[in-house]
Amino acid sequence: MSAAPSITPTVTAQAVTRVLSGPLPVTLVRDIDLAVMPGEFVAVTGPSGSGKSSLLYLLGLLDVPSAGKVLLQGMETAGLPADALADMRLGRIGFVFQFHFLLPEFTALANVEIPMRRLRQWPESEVADRARALLDGLDLADHAHKYPDQLSGGQRQRVAIARALANDPPLILADEPTGNLDTRSAHMVFEQFARLAHDQGRSIVVVTHDQELAALADRRVHIVDGTIVDGL
Amino acid sequence: MALPLGLHIAVQHLVHRKRQTLTSLLGVALGVAFFIGIASMMQGFQRDFVNRVINVSPHITIKDEFRTPPPQPVETVHADATVALRGIKPKDEVRGIRGARAIIDSLEEMPGVRVAPTLSGQILLRFGSKDVSANVTGIVPEKERRVTKLEEDLVEGSLDDLYTAANGIIIGEGIAQKAGIGMDDLVSVVSPEGVVMKMTVVGIFASGVTQMDNFDTYALLKKAQVLQDRPNIINRVRIRLDDVEQAAPLAKALEARFGYRAESWQEQSKNVLGIFVIQNAIMYSTVGAILIVACFGIFNVISTVVFEKTRDIGILKSMGFREGDIRRIFIYQGLMVGFVGMLIGWTLGFALVEFMGSIKFTMEGFIRSQGFILYKTPRHYAISGAMALTASTLAAWLPARRASRLNPVDIVRGAA
Repeated sequence: MSAAPSITPTVTAQAVTRVLSGPLPVTLVRDIDLAVMPGEFVAVTGPSGSGKSSLLYLLGLLDVPSAGKVLLQGMETAGLPADALADMRLGRIGFVFQFHFLLPEFTALANVEIPMRRLRQWPESEVADRARALLDGLDLADHAHKYPDQLSGGQRQRVAIARALANDPPLILADEPTGNLDTRSAHMVFEQFARLAHDQGRSIVVVTHDQELAALADRRVHIVDGTIVDGL
Repeated sequence: MALPLGLHIAVQHLVHRKRQTLTSLLGVALGVAFFIGIASMMQGFQRDFVNRVINVSPHITIKDEFRTPPPQPVETVHADATVALRGIKPKDEVRGIRGARAIIDSLEEMPGVRVAPTLSGQILLRFGSKDVSANVTGIVPEKERRVTKLEEDLVEGSLDDLYTAANGIIIGEGIAQKAGIGMDDLVSVVSPEGVVMKMTVVGIFASGVTQMDNFDTYALLKKAQVLQDRPNIINRVRIRLDDVEQAAPLAKALEARFGYRAESWQEQSKNVLGIFVIQNAIMYSTVGAILIVACFGIFNVISTVVFEKTRDIGILKSMGFREGDIRRIFIYQGLMVGFVGMLIGWTLGFALVEFMGSIKFTMEGFIRSQGFILYKTPRHYAISGAMALTASTLAAWLPARRASRLNPVDIVRGAA
């Protein structure tokens, strides 16, 4: 009888601490250990200022730990130059923020195309088709040529999700993605995340303060004062 | 074919800020257009002046002067001593070039060199109640025509008429107009030596160089020697070269060889050429100032875009855009404003030059002209274009660098 092959976590935090230096150093997260497996949908909850977003930025390589390390698909990221971290974000991580951050001068379709055009993994001719397919998958086919200011809040956030999926990343990180949405739209977004995890095998980490929505996730991680107190 | 992504984003930023972009474009375009117009006008005038000087005047003039006074015997004997001399009176020597015949013969043996002996001095022309002070140059017509373009500048008469009239004189157009003198008029000529001679006007020249037309006259060398009371003396050897660029080094060599002061055309016109240097400095400063103002416009626009686009920069960096990608987006914007401004400026500059060329008026300064003298060359377009592109890129650099260094975490935290 052979042993089951071990599965590498999509993202791993090992004893991660982040301290903002200054006259009065501020500890954002302390000694965090967390591993998110492929196909897993994790909700990070906690009170305001507890370090949820800070943890997300560390997992997403936007910020660098003061101590400990972050591994992306088993690859250590400590000490990598900024350009290498940017390249890892481009190909392997998709971000969704509370504010949609769509570029207002571009249509929904063009916004989704931007990460693909930067990565240059697909020929120009395929980029538009892929972007259109992503928008179709999020029920936005009829809104592809609209500008962000012509879309509702929920539609903008779904375009932002489509953009996060553009380069087919294994990891999606979302920071309060439903903070500006009504309850129905918020549920639709979370259901979408659940499908991305369960149907497509992506790892989803969503920061939210909404316990009801967090309950839709596979796992809930609760943070207080920068430390995980529940859900390891 | 789609634009490269960075360029595409840069274009969209500019297109969505039409008013600010147009203001910046206009600044660059005006800087470029004014440079082309002013450079064309100034260099046109300067080149025309130099061409006229080269055509009209000898390229080298050997004078009966010494650049430095000869050393006193006591200085020669006690070369290392500290000697103070006071009240030295110059030796009363007969003015004129000694051994002129030998100098001219040796010069004529040199290839590409044509020589004419002359005697120059001051005179007073008296015609009716008008007195006009002038220079008279005694010439040998057959040699003079090989050295200057005097014969071509004659609007009336000819050089050979100096031989046919008893005491013939050729005067400049300015003198003729000032004193109301016409062809075949008899004028009284008085020299500082007190010689008075009745002379007949046998020619009027117009060189286009105001100084010459207003002050120069020509007579036969023999007549000038009589008038100056300096028989068989010449005080100028005028030289024309096939290659005008050799004037300065050859003048230096001749001065070293013969001892007499030898002035190239550049040295003779150095006051005016010095003014040209100042003119050019003013032109470049003025256009530079216009472009600097335009740069502030570009800097302002791009800084505003960076400020307004801070959140976009944050998301682009979180998406995986590198610092260099972000920097390029904003430098492209500066470059585009510079490039399009340059194209508009070229068009405006071309129109400005054509417009200036169509204006007719009488101008009299160093030279006389009927309207602007313009020099049209692609070089002006190349220089102004390079200045515009460099200036606009530099103006974009600082805000672009600031944008590229923005921390995406700070941005998303601030916006969240």
